[in-house]
Amino acid sequence: MNKTLRTFLRRPAGIVGLTLLGLVCLVAVLAPLLYPASPWDIAGMPFARPGEDGMVFGSDTLGRDIAAGVVHGARVSLIIGVTSTIAALAIGVTLGAVAGFAGGMTDRVIVRITEIFQTIPNFVLAILLVAILTPTLSTIIFSIGLVSWPPLARLTRSQVQSVAQREFVQAARCQGQSAASVLVRHVLPNAISPIIVTGSLTVAAAILIEAALSFMGLGDPNHMSWGYMIGAGRTVIRQAWWMSVFPGLAILLTVVAINLVGEALNDALNPRISRS
Amino acid sequence: MTLLQVQNLSIALPSGADRDLAVNDVSFDIEPGEIACLVGESGSGKSMIAHSILGLLPPKIRPVSGALRFGGNDLLALPPTEMKALRGADVAMIFQEPLTALNPLKKVGEQVAESIRVHDPKMTPGQTVARVEELFAQVGLPEPARIRKAFPFQMSGGQRQRVMIAMALSNNPKLLIADEPTTALDVTTQRQILDLIKELQARMGMGILFITHDIGVVADIADKVVVLKHGKVVEQGEAAPLLEHPTQDYTRMLLDAVPGRGAPRTRHVEAAPLLEVKALEKAFVTRQGMLAPPRRVTAAENVNLSLATGETLAVVGESGSGKSTLARMVLRLIEPDGGAILWRGENVRGKRREGLRQYRRRAQIVFQDPYSSLDPRLQVGESVVRGPMAFGTSRSESEKIARAWLDRVGLDASAFDRFPHEFSGGQRQRICIARALALEPELLIADEAVSALDVSVQSQVLDLLADLKAQMGLSMLFITHDLRVAREIADRIIVMQRGRIVEMSDAATLFDAPTSDYTRSLLDAVPGRAFFARAEAAAAGAREAKA
Repeated sequence: MNKTLRTFLRRPAGIVGLTLLGLVCLVAVLAPLLYPASPWDIAGMPFARPGEDGMVFGSDTLGRDIAAGVVHGARVSLIIGVTSTIAALAIGVTLGAVAGFAGGMTDRVIVRITEIFQTIPNFVLAILLVAILTPTLSTIIFSIGLVSWPPLARLTRSQVQSVAQREFVQAARCQGQSAASVLVRHVLPNAISPIIVTGSLTVAAAILIEAALSFMGLGDPNHMSWGYMIGAGRTVIRQAWWMSVFPGLAILLTVVAINLVGEALNDALNPRISRS
Repeated sequence: MTLLQVQNLSIALPSGADRDLAVNDVSFDIEPGEIACLVGESGSGKSMIAHSILGLLPPKIRPVSGALRFGGNDLLALPPTEMKALRGADVAMIFQEPLTALNPLKKVGEQVAESIRVHDPKMTPGQTVARVEELFAQVGLPEPARIRKAFPFQMSGGQRQRVMIAMALSNNPKLLIADEPTTALDVTTQRQILDLIKELQARMGMGILFITHDIGVVADIADKVVVLKHGKVVEQGEAAPLLEHPTQDYTRMLLDAVPGRGAPRTRHVEAAPLLEVKALEKAFVTRQGMLAPPRRVTAAENVNLSLATGETLAVVGESGSGKSTLARMVLRLIEPDGGAILWRGENVRGKRREGLRQYRRRAQIVFQDPYSSLDPRLQVGESVVRGPMAFGTSRSESEKIARAWLDRVGLDASAFDRFPHEFSGGQRQRICIARALALEPELLIADEAVSALDVSVQSQVLDLLADLKAQMGLSMLFITHDLRVAREIADRIIVMQRGRIVEMSDAATLFDAPTSDYTRSLLDAVPGRAFFARAEAAAAGAREAKA
């Protein structure tokens, strides 16, 4: 484990990504301390430029502090990004691994189900689900998780299929290990690297879907989010760029950080790279 | 005039490699019309020398001193543009794996035509086609006009290697470099390619630098031999005297390590059959499209065999003969289409989960490729431990068993916590053997278990298997493409061809009086057969003279 960590930290991508992500997480955790007041409260005059009226990122059309919104929005974005990815991974990896390892009829049925989900445009399905279930944090997570798993399932399936043919897997079967144990202990660990990388991209994509949902007014009304802020500021972007740009930069920063971490993680989890 | 002079060549490896110099102060000459063989085990630097001649060394690896004199130039000092003009013209190369050396998306005729056009842009398309067909006829490809339009995947390994040779010959090279050109081929194909190379060399008068690890091939083909070890020349000279009277221990060791020269075993095992295979059938059917008829490959057709307790049965055949499928079917890693597999009289095909698990504990397998048969993410100790643990042995007890076995196969105690990629091929194969035997099986199936190893390592692993077998009273099903290996270890031998058993007899009978033509052609194709037969006869003569 130590060696894995060391390789991770030796990659520039790993250090930069982890630092940025750590920063975002820190901001999210410290949000109530940094801006104790609700981000929905009016803090000053509307359309204040960045730095004006004691607000570093300026204020929005109603005079709410953009900085407070960005800081509090980090919590929503991270929670939704991470939990919906975990949900997608749980569905996708389980189905993909079972399909790839069992083969035959099981495989065919699971692949068909996956295809049905893939033919429906992600975002439209997410909008539909959130609109029907009424937008709350948990329904948004559920919807994003439900639209994000098919690529993970397909990837897991193909990975598992190729690893399962390798001779060490057959050797493990000959050693008398049960099918579940072979799958969990030998096949998945050797198939997991690209899944982790795609998983990290899924976190980023989930944050973007959430932002897009909020942008369309389908965010949780009790939580300030980056997407909502961009949506609210979009009509006045020519007069007040800061209203959309700062939350936009926050999204960009977070997504890039997550991708860098995923990339470094991929190298670190590969024993050939990490131990050379 | 000497064709190529290699003078004090040294090639440096990047820092952190197992040694500083891949090639250390190597000198030898090749005359026109001469076949010089570079012999050595993997890692001896023989391919590095070949690649340095063509300027094809991988990045970070560079020659640090010496010279390669060819036609009045030093190839090491040649500017890249002149090197490019030389490559494929005066100096050409054939590679080990013809499948990866050919572009899979281009017709083979076009690939050869391209190498002609690059060096002679003025040639008209008609002339190029004529030249390609002429070359194909020269290398013995049937119907040059038709095969010119074939894709690499439509050809057999031997045909692909012929295409590679045609490509190398396209500009009448003075020097041909052949880097293990027959290693990936079956013995009978290897024999054909070796004959072809020799014939072309005699006809065209080229010099050939032939790289191989197989001293049997050397005995068949070489005029001059250069023996390499860890990048240094151990010994060099004319082939016949050097092979017959080697002065160095290393050369002698390489010669002694060639398997299958002693008398075949004559032991006849009389015991109840442990494993019986009856009328086994298996065909692989692949659909190639909606309209194309499905392709059917027969892997087993009415295969019958029995293996007695304590016996070693070798299954010999070329690639595609179904021998590996047979091994996997015995363990039910592949399900047969029909027939029966009887273990102590009980049909294995009817077994479900727990029964199958208990059966597989008694019958273990060692695979061919030591690189893919160990879980790369698991310490090797852990790989071994999981077997006994799967059958309810406690972890501490299993670890004790695993350590004992790793020790018994000749690995030191530190091996337990290391990862597979830290071991050499031979060591990994030892780990695989330890993993299989930690379950104390009664039957060990070795599926080409020594085919990927160097000859010297091969003989060590074979000795280890023979020792363990004697100690444990194991029965062994030994799958191999190499009759020499079979001769070394088997009591009885089965020869398979296209999923059918063509011959089954005691080892001695098979070698002395083969009944089928196919077995005979396999025996004739064994590299170095004539040389070793002579050496054997000379040794016998010397013994008689003494007595």
